[in-house]
Amino acid sequence: MEEWARRDSPLHRRDARVKMILLLVFLVWIGTARPAQPEAYAAYASILLVAALASRLPLLSLLWRAALVLPFAATFALLSWMAGDAERAASLVLKSSFSAFAVLLVVATTPMPALLAAVESLAAPKMLVMVVQFLYRYLFVLSEKAQHMWMAAQCRGGIRRASAGGAIAVLFASSHARAEGIHRAMLARGFAGHMPLIRPSSLHWLDISFLATGILVLSLGRWLWIL
Amino acid sequence: MDPLIRVSGLRFRYPDGTEALKGVDFELFPGETVILLGANGSGKTTFALHLNGLLEGEGQIRVCGLPMDKISLPEIRRRVGMVFQDADEQLFMPTVMEDVTYGPLNLGVEPAEAMRLAREALEQTGMSAAHAKAPYHLSAGEKRRVAIAGVLAMRPDILILDEPTTSLDPPGQRDLVDLLTALPQSKIVTTHDIAFARAIGTRAVFFEKGSIAALGTVGDIASRFGWEPLPRG
Amino acid sequence: MHIPDGFLATPVWAALDLAAIPAVGLIARRSQAGLEDARAPLLGVMGAFVFAAQMINFPVGVGTSGHLVGGTLLACTLGPSAAVVVMTAILAVQALVFQDGGLLALGANVMNMAVAGVLAGYLPFHYWGQGPWRRAAIFLGGVLSVLVSAFLTLAQLRISGIPMPSAVLGLSMALFLVSALVEGAVTLAVFGALEKMNPGWVRKPAGAISRLRGALAAGALLMASLGALVASGLPDGLESAAAKLGIHERAWNLFETPLLDYELQFAEPVWMRKVAAGLVGLAIIYLLCAALSRWLLRRRSP
Ligand SMILES: Nc1ncnc2c1ncn2[C@@H]1O[C@H](COP(=O)(O)OP(=O)(O)O)[C@@H](O)[C@H]1O
Ligand SMILES: [Mg+2]
Repeated sequence: MEEWARRDSPLHRRDARVKMILLLVFLVWIGTARPAQPEAYAAYASILLVAALASRLPLLSLLWRAALVLPFAATFALLSWMAGDAERAASLVLKSSFSAFAVLLVVATTPMPALLAAVESLAAPKMLVMVVQFLYRYLFVLSEKAQHMWMAAQCRGGIRRASAGGAIAVLFASSHARAEGIHRAMLARGFAGHMPLIRPSSLHWLDISFLATGILVLSLGRWLWIL
Repeated sequence: MDPLIRVSGLRFRYPDGTEALKGVDFELFPGETVILLGANGSGKTTFALHLNGLLEGEGQIRVCGLPMDKISLPEIRRRVGMVFQDADEQLFMPTVMEDVTYGPLNLGVEPAEAMRLAREALEQTGMSAAHAKAPYHLSAGEKRRVAIAGVLAMRPDILILDEPTTSLDPPGQRDLVDLLTALPQSKIVTTHDIAFARAIGTRAVFFEKGSIAALGTVGDIASRFGWEPLPRG
Repeated sequence: MHIPDGFLATPVWAALDLAAIPAVGLIARRSQAGLEDARAPLLGVMGAFVFAAQMINFPVGVGTSGHLVGGTLLACTLGPSAAVVVMTAILAVQALVFQDGGLLALGANVMNMAVAGVLAGYLPFHYWGQGPWRRAAIFLGGVLSVLVSAFLTLAQLRISGIPMPSAVLGLSMALFLVSALVEGAVTLAVFGALEKMNPGWVRKPAGAISRLRGALAAGALLMASLGALVASGLPDGLESAAAKLGIHERAWNLFETPLLDYELQFAEPVWMRKVAAGLVGLAIIYLLCAALSRWLLRRRSP
């Protein structure tokens, strides 16, 4: 995913804020689509397909990742279907997987820092964005550590309940120490209470026209289906 | 010549009662690279943290003539660039560029100027190509270089490096020697690697149980305390 | 269990997003508590810790295993408001990076798991954390946090009209009860080990102000979420229930008032109104966020 986000394509080059706004609009559009409207779903699917092709990412891997939502969706779809509501069953599966695919497309074509800067400039609380930023930064560092602990435990005959509690506590301790080290490193470089942020650059005209076209296409789609 | 750093009678006790420093006297003169040797737990890191005001013990510390107090602390932190042992803790920003601009931005430098300083520092450390990368994807040697760049971007007079050869392979260590000898700043470097110490150090001090047991050349100290590497064979 | 997009009815996700944004915004401010940005690294690293801890599976009897959810553990160590922020950040990363939970449904997931779950998990500790009931309180906190989140999640799904026959509901409640007990046990085990390693990491609970009040509060929270679940089963879901009462049309009109436009008046189909409502919801969310951040910024730099 990280690697995907650092590739290059027309979709990668668009401003993260624009992609984020279009994503939200798209999600609202899907979320409010009527259950029984095959043409609408076909339209959403083709929009997603065009976007996926424009991203130049491997389509199959994208689909595979978006399919993570299917077990959950399929369970409830099955319930709806058994309750005699096949329409709802189909819409649950389609809506949730289309939405997941759309989110995936944006996240896979935008480096995390740019994405977070966009979310921040779209007025999310700064504290929360910073926490997400640190979380993401140390997610893999700590997961690797946990994995090593897990393997070391397996080598010595697996984990029992009591020792698992201890293992998590050790992980907690080292996370705590790491946070202290980070704080120390921040102070050493002049941290005085606030994190400096590099503001995202101003919008290119291509980004603005991309945003406008996106919204236009989506709205036009909606209107045409009324007719 | 006035020393850049003068420490006298420094004592420090961690909150849990560990007596980590028991009266340390130390001076760093311009142009020097002083190696701190000593066993694990002898107090080298604790000592280094004091020079940047990150720990506060009893005794006197003067950096570039400034006393270690609230007013001069920001200036001291600018002048003393601290490179920590764990690069993963030092590189906490999401991308290399953001990390290297972090220090200058904290000093109140304009973003454009901060970017310029950062590019310069990355150039100096040979990491210009990595400016958009996430630190997580760098190798150990690259992380160390970026960490050094992040400190250089603040234009320090003194560099402190805590076990900078940790997890570097031999070519990485040689590159680090080249980089450090090319940097004009006075340096304090802790290490267990005598070959590395010989290559960059002008002088060494030996820490033992929280105080300085001896001063001298790297070779002297190493042979006096049995700090030479294993004999080849 | 994270709700994906496409499952909740528009009014449900919109309302929960609307509720979650100011709630989390205010709690985020509280969790900073004068420390400015200094707590962000700790909270972020602890979020990463929860992810990592979830990789360590606990054996829970016959061939099955469970893992830590973490809300209660965080609340008892970092404090409840910091725990809410960390859990929110975790949910955001799960939705964005791991396609676990939807983006429009993030408000719902945050309300269920980060806000209600953490509060329910902390309450017993807050009131009985000192004294003979300490261990029981921590265990109960873990159990409650999972149960309350699960009940609320099921209630929102049901109220959105997703059919849930009583057999299925019973089965999922039983499963949730098991994972709730696991969470209680895991939290207790980790907590015990932590306290031995460094008592400073564990929060000092309020003490025995009023055990009764604690019991009432925890009970009320559980009852309320269970009640929501039961209430959500009225005929079948919000849509038809509201339609019967005639609330439906009125509610939509309410949503539309800011957009009293000719086009929208002509837009007869219900889904068209839903679009309008969704957009208005989005706009309101955006404005609220913007206003909130403006306000926070102004307070910070006087
Ligand atoms: N955060 C801490 N809390 C308590 N004791 C510590 C802490 N950090 C280091 N120490 C102790 O202080 C002593 C000096 O440690 P340190 O300065 O890290 O040594 P060195 O860097 O030479 O290996 C050791 O005994 C160590 O155990
Ligand atoms: Mg050390």
